[in-house]
Amino acid sequence: MARIIGGVTSSHIPAVGNAIANNLTQEPYWKRFFDGYEPAKRWLRERHPDVVIVVYNDHGLNFFLDKVPTFALGCADVYHNADEGWALAPVAPFKGDAQFSWHIAESLVQQDFDICTCQEMKVDHGFVNPLRALYGTCDPWPVTTIPLAVNTVQHPVPSANRCYRLGHALRRAIESYPDDLSVVVLGTGGLSHQLQGERAGLIDVEFDLECMDKIANDPEWMTHFSNSEIMRRTGTEGIETIMWLVMRGALQSNVKVVHKHYHAPISNTGAGVLVLENYN
Amino acid sequence: MTWTRHDYEDIPGTYVFDGRHAHAAYPLNKLLFSLNSEDNRKQLERDPAAYCDKYGVTGEFKELVLTKNFLGMLRAGANIYYLAKMAIPRGTSVQDAGAAFQGISTQEFQAKLLAKGAGLRERLAKRGGYWNG
Repeated sequence: MARIIGGVTSSHIPAVGNAIANNLTQEPYWKRFFDGYEPAKRWLRERHPDVVIVVYNDHGLNFFLDKVPTFALGCADVYHNADEGWALAPVAPFKGDAQFSWHIAESLVQQDFDICTCQEMKVDHGFVNPLRALYGTCDPWPVTTIPLAVNTVQHPVPSANRCYRLGHALRRAIESYPDDLSVVVLGTGGLSHQLQGERAGLIDVEFDLECMDKIANDPEWMTHFSNSEIMRRTGTEGIETIMWLVMRGALQSNVKVVHKHYHAPISNTGAGVLVLENYN
Repeated sequence: MTWTRHDYEDIPGTYVFDGRHAHAAYPLNKLLFSLNSEDNRKQLERDPAAYCDKYGVTGEFKELVLTKNFLGMLRAGANIYYLAKMAIPRGTSVQDAGAAFQGISTQEFQAKLLAKGAGLRERLAKRGGYWNG
């Protein structure tokens, strides 16, 4: 039976990928941010999951605004990165697991999460940068991945509560798969940031830290906020933090907090890394 | 025909990208999305007006593209992520855009961001449980 060993969170901003590609990770601006990933990297090396399910939002690479699925699951054996308009060299393709994906899709739909299935899915910086930060830039990648895209770009976007419930359904989907796989769920994006408008540059450190502590130990707290309340506090792009709740919902209610790392600012954002482990 | 009101509309200095913006600026965002392709970026460079026509970008929106008015495009409903596909290769970062929205220099904008991290280690130590290298 497949089992979830834990969850990880990471910012996914483009600047993270640029810093890695340009060997800037030990520069003064970046050092503390990247050094705080080391315990998470170590945990992944030691626990060595077979599959990482990456919860992220597409920023206009795979999806355009003509069709915007609220939740979309990659159901392919391979996922390609591609030019997002900045002429950067794509990273190596990611190996998927179509059988496992289709099982998850079937289970989610049976549980009333009517997810969009994608047999071709280009993955952008939202998916790639957390994996680069946690595994380094690899070719081939050392882990099988499954993309789970959440619309956080064009409102209406799903509520924090809905994302948390999706996590619960995801857990049941994973745990009902017969193969003996160990799985980590990676929640990406956040924390507070706003890129546009006169309020651009907003970072709310106190709220970010409260979110990290509550998501670890009292995740229901976050599900009581409306999206308007979350955006008011954390900025329009801070709404991405709802994707952490998909990760958290997939774990047991009580988890071991292996690692907590917060840094601000990185580019325009407050950036948090959590490593949470299921007890069995 | 009325656009539904939302309780996020009174958040100051904030433009939530919803159906209202997505609908009004659909051709512009479609043009911006097309810039994922190198060929398309070259076509836009060669003949911006013809490229706008190809995507049905007209009137005020076309003027904004022709004058490379990134701030104006954002205000008119360009999605920030889609706009980045045009702005970043032309040397305008999201921090430049944020600074322009506030009428300050990018350096001032970056200094304001850095100030948010003031005393961070002490704050983390006070909360406890954080890696604090």
